[in-house]
Amino acid sequence: MIYLRLFWEFFQTGLFAVGGGMATLPFLYDISDRMGWFTHAQLADMVAVSESTPGPIGVNMATYVGFLTAGVGGAVVATLGVITPSIIVILIIFAFLQRFRDSAYVKGAFYGLRPASTGMILAAGVLVVKASFLPDGTLASVDWRMLALAAVLAVLTNAVKKTKDLHPIVFILGSAVVGMVLGLAG
Amino acid sequence: MVGKLLELFLAFAKVGVMTFGGGYAMLPILQREIVENKGWASEEELADYFAIGQCTPGVIAVNTATFIGRKKDGIPGGVAATLGVVFPPIVIISLLAGVITQFSELAWVKDAFAGIRVCVCVLIFNAVWKLGKKSVIDPWTTAIFLLVAAGAILTKCSPVVFVVFAAVSGVVLRVLLKTGGGKADGRKDGAVK
Repeated sequence: MIYLRLFWEFFQTGLFAVGGGMATLPFLYDISDRMGWFTHAQLADMVAVSESTPGPIGVNMATYVGFLTAGVGGAVVATLGVITPSIIVILIIFAFLQRFRDSAYVKGAFYGLRPASTGMILAAGVLVVKASFLPDGTLASVDWRMLALAAVLAVLTNAVKKTKDLHPIVFILGSAVVGMVLGLAG
Repeated sequence: MVGKLLELFLAFAKVGVMTFGGGYAMLPILQREIVENKGWASEEELADYFAIGQCTPGVIAVNTATFIGRKKDGIPGGVAATLGVVFPPIVIISLLAGVITQFSELAWVKDAFAGIRVCVCVLIFNAVWKLGKKSVIDPWTTAIFLLVAAGAILTKCSPVVFVVFAAVSGVVLRVLLKTGGGKADGRKDGAVK
């Protein structure tokens, strides 16, 4: 039963992804590898769509993956799956708010979880780089124009005062135009 | 009761539509809609909920919505607010995903997405950099960061393994060995140097 499977996979994602929407990415790669519901390249497209549309990124990614896997029903089920653990966990924490905030164990756990989450997102980023820059998996297939575009974007989003605080959608749309003008996929 | 829940649902659906680009983008919108317009939570409460929402499992925006809904109308309120915040994305993404799947074979769409993927790579590494500044703060967290990154790149381990490993390491380091901390914890500031 695909819906149950989807719900369960996304329930686990919602339960273990700490640190916001991007933190669900490593789990989605894991699902892609084990289930084969979607490809790594589709995941990269999905991140772009999720960043450029209204709604929290984690929710958008779950909806998108659910849709690719099992249509509109899949979109609803995957989204409900990813939010159910949140609802349960937050309702419990609400009841113990003060004690939760002061607990040394909770602080300790998060001290370890935060760098781990960062490390997992880095690993997911490496997979996106592979899918984007090495279409056939060899260094020979690297397109220098893509590297140039990446360098320009890195500078614009980090170093140039005027552009670095612009919304990601600006850079995503700009990159789409550059891709079309240069014929990057060919 | 149903009227109240519907009000929560609609207010958070509005927040869901206006949030562009994830949890952090949601904070100013929540401040305007929930704190100033509706008065459902104070500025301080919102800050608390948001901070906890960031470090608990799940999507930050969803966690924060559950908190505010729970505070206003109990458990049904928590559920109504959460469903509200995810309703617009479900509709919008389902429509878009259908369109994108249909056009994905066209040459110019492929070219556009080739460009977009480059941008996504840069955005992900920017997110890593931003998170890293706050989370990789001393030799211990650097070790956890490197171990997990290497493990996730080189092995096919489930991310769950890394999450459990990291939480246990954090508790062992901080609570049992009373080590680490750096800037994350004021009372030990400077002790690491």
